[in-house]
Amino acid sequence: MRREAILNAAIAIALLAVPLAAQAMGEPFVITLATKVAILALAGVGLNIALGLGGMVSLGHAAFFGIGGYAMAVLAAPVQAYEPLMTWPVEVAGTKSMPIIWLAATLAGGLAALAIGALSLRTSGVYFIMITLAFGQMLYYFAISWPAYGGEDGLSIYVRNGFPGLNTLEPLQFFALCYGVLMVALLFSRVLARSRFGLALAGARQNPLRSAALGIRPYSVKLTAFVISGAITGLAGALFADLNRFVSPAMLSWQTSGEIMVFVILGGVARLFGPVAGAALFILLEHWLGGFSEYWKLFLGLALLGIVLFARGGLIGTIAGREVAHD
Amino acid sequence: MSAMLLIEQVLNGLQYGVMLFLMAAGLTLVFGVMGLINLAHGALFMVGAFACASVAAATGSFWLGLAASLAAAAAAGAIVELTVIRRLYARDHLDQVLATFALILVFSEGTRWLFGSFPLYLDIPPALAGPVTLPGGIDYPLYRLVLIGIGLAIAGGLFWLIGRTRLGIRIRAGEADREMIAALGVDISRLYTIVFALGAALAGLAGALVGALQSVQVGMGEPVLILAFVVIVIGGIGSIKGALVGAILVGLTDTLGRFLLPVLFGAFMPPSQATTVGAALASMLIYILMAGVLVVRPGGLFGRA
Amino acid sequence: MNASKSLLVAAAALAMAGMAQAEPVKVGMITTLSGGGASLGIDTRDGFMLAVKRAGNPDLEVVIEDDQQKPDIAVQIADKMIQSEKVDLLTGIVWSNLAMAVVPAATAQGKFYLSTNAAPSALAGKGCNPNYFSVSYQNDNLHEAAGAYAAKAGITKAFIMAPNYPAGQDSLAGFKRFYEGEVVGEVYTQLGQTDYAGEIAQIRASGADGVFIFLPGGMGISFVKQYADSGVGLQLIGPAFSFDQSIIQAMGDAAVGVLNGANWSPDLDNAANAAFVAGFAEEYGRLPSVYAAYGYDTANLLLSAMGKASVTDADAFRAALREADFDSVRGEFAFNASQHPIQDLYVREVVRDGDILTNRIVGVAIEDRGHAYEDECKM
Repeated sequence: MRREAILNAAIAIALLAVPLAAQAMGEPFVITLATKVAILALAGVGLNIALGLGGMVSLGHAAFFGIGGYAMAVLAAPVQAYEPLMTWPVEVAGTKSMPIIWLAATLAGGLAALAIGALSLRTSGVYFIMITLAFGQMLYYFAISWPAYGGEDGLSIYVRNGFPGLNTLEPLQFFALCYGVLMVALLFSRVLARSRFGLALAGARQNPLRSAALGIRPYSVKLTAFVISGAITGLAGALFADLNRFVSPAMLSWQTSGEIMVFVILGGVARLFGPVAGAALFILLEHWLGGFSEYWKLFLGLALLGIVLFARGGLIGTIAGREVAHD
Repeated sequence: MSAMLLIEQVLNGLQYGVMLFLMAAGLTLVFGVMGLINLAHGALFMVGAFACASVAAATGSFWLGLAASLAAAAAAGAIVELTVIRRLYARDHLDQVLATFALILVFSEGTRWLFGSFPLYLDIPPALAGPVTLPGGIDYPLYRLVLIGIGLAIAGGLFWLIGRTRLGIRIRAGEADREMIAALGVDISRLYTIVFALGAALAGLAGALVGALQSVQVGMGEPVLILAFVVIVIGGIGSIKGALVGAILVGLTDTLGRFLLPVLFGAFMPPSQATTVGAALASMLIYILMAGVLVVRPGGLFGRA
Repeated sequence: MNASKSLLVAAAALAMAGMAQAEPVKVGMITTLSGGGASLGIDTRDGFMLAVKRAGNPDLEVVIEDDQQKPDIAVQIADKMIQSEKVDLLTGIVWSNLAMAVVPAATAQGKFYLSTNAAPSALAGKGCNPNYFSVSYQNDNLHEAAGAYAAKAGITKAFIMAPNYPAGQDSLAGFKRFYEGEVVGEVYTQLGQTDYAGEIAQIRASGADGVFIFLPGGMGISFVKQYADSGVGLQLIGPAFSFDQSIIQAMGDAAVGVLNGANWSPDLDNAANAAFVAGFAEEYGRLPSVYAAYGYDTANLLLSAMGKASVTDADAFRAALREADFDSVRGEFAFNASQHPIQDLYVREVVRDGDILTNRIVGVAIEDRGHAYEDECKM
């Protein structure tokens, strides 16, 4: 346990130190990469609540990620077009303020997770994997063919949304914001795992029958966890859209679901910092391999295969030892 | 809209369905016997199409290509089983998902490395080209009729294999109780390799047969894979009968939905809007069907869960 | 050329003597080099680099990266090229959705963008920008060419079809803009759809005498093969994307006789084109596609501007680009006020030439065509 805590601290410090160093050396793109790591890690933290704590293998989290992204675009697009968001029944203006957008994205992600989870959790195991995948695809096709928000072309938000007191156009300040959100989410995730709810969830994962006998309904506990998971992933989607100043159905594609899951597993399932380590490693591999071969995905695939076959427990598990911390 | 057109669309849906069955049968078999979820099943579909296209181009014979597709996909399946998949049986679904996701990357980029980025050419064999006139005066492509026949014949063959042969008894025993049949002296690891290669060969055959109709290119397997998932969720995982019923249901729903929904919306919308909205809804229809089935029967139509 | 770092310095032995400007220009090319759409990006790159190699200008440096056909990756590469590599100019994007993600942000940061392909209406009309040039066309152009020519080809009752996404909706609108016959059926298919039996049955039942399709990439291959086998046999017409060099080989004889609207063809009769087609075949061992032609023209446009002005003086460089003083493989070429081409649009027919399939021009569809969104551009 001690080793994992030290390792977590080291990862947190490294993720903060790299952009600061990049700023000092005049390499702004490295800051952008670190921001991407922080945001994808946040999506992974969301998935990890379903996957690691709740044992729900969702291959449809791109749906919540994309919905969060679109929540941002739907709110911000009317502002840049100088139009109201809606005029009926009451006139509502759009917004470029991040706190409001985050709230909307979190709510939208949570609501979508409630609808998808309520249906999908009627099943379990491999059914659950395939059903979440299928619901994700359904939203993907809907986003492509629905013309209102650009369809497959997606939607550009030309100027990054604002946060009171910060200049988000400055790469380092936007990074700091994303890093802050990630740390809050990690803290929340840690508190959640040790709360009564977290224990109930662990019970529902490990032994649903016993939980039921103790008067805990596994279905409601799992659904609640799935909603929280979707909400956090939705928030990550909104930040990702702000990083790229762009949303498109690609955020909803099943490859995105696969990649978010890869971050979690690469880093270590149910490890607090697993998604952070996994996202960092993935981005690093992508850039390093992409640099020297057109067929870099082949090597990425082989590397992933090697990790899952021979380095069980992911990066953190390999370094910090097999057991999940209980303390 | 005439009755003829409707009948033709039903045939189209049927043909689409039996091809989906070839994909879904392998997936459901592998899951039923080994408890493995294989995302790379679509890659084997692609292997079959590429093998058929390249052998057909080299020899000029579609049939040799078809044989090659079976052999190549079965071989690829066996190799993958021996090197990767067998390490995954004891793992949880999560590791299986990640490893087979990695296999997709390896297969796709490997194929691109070998064959380049341009789509390959594969055509219907001359003997089966062109339409035939059915009773009632419908002109329908002969090749598609043959596909329906092949698909149904393979479905029959699978039922026979599983219901009546020694291998089938072992497969069913493997589904019911893995430890027990190992204890009874059945070489379980060989059984697993055979089942996996069989599933791969079916996917490869589907790839070759469908490849003659569509474009043979990298990534062609993934959309089919997701449809095959929908099929086996609807049918019930592990059930060959469920895969057949689910596949035909999905094939018919998708084909008829794409055809009828725009017409339906046209009744109360301007035509250009009706086609857009109808098409958007049609693309979601099979997922709605799946959700509907799950509400009524969470284990699928023929599932045991 | 893809082995080591995809950083290509066009260092050539024969540096052009007497160049007035020696200010180096760094170009960032973002294009699709992996995944299903890679063949289009590879042709774009190869066409562009052929022109760069031939010019042998040591002041031109090109950095190439793969966008994987994903908008978010394209945005990040653009950020990297602008922030870290300090490029002066971006180019190479194949897909409209990627262009919409990259171009507004790049031009807002004062970088030039020369489009080698994608030219969505949003960037031609309201979103036009002094730093954005489309060297290829405006997205609707090739559909307009097909529409304008369809009636001449004897199609009076057309059945029209495209995938249900923005480019597909624009395509059908573009076809109808100049089409003088009647539209008897209009169908939107699913993006990435591979089976068209249902649509073919509708075509058969519609009473049409010709079919317009816009189905790029694998979708077109699937449709054309299934259509040929169905025995429906009505004249097919479409934009060049669906019937271009890179994909007709995979369609085989099913594609022979199909008409397609284009602004370039390998048999277009001018000296620059003859040199391009022969040079491309010699360098890469295959015939060029439209994407290769646009890439080649884009590089030559850039080289012509480099000869006139320094890239550090944005206004002068922009003026030099606007002159379009280069030998286009498309013959006469000029920019209109929104910085999109004014060019002749043709209709080509797919023909078999020995072992290979290629395109031949059969007629001019529209002369000196600009685009439909010109009035919306306030610049």
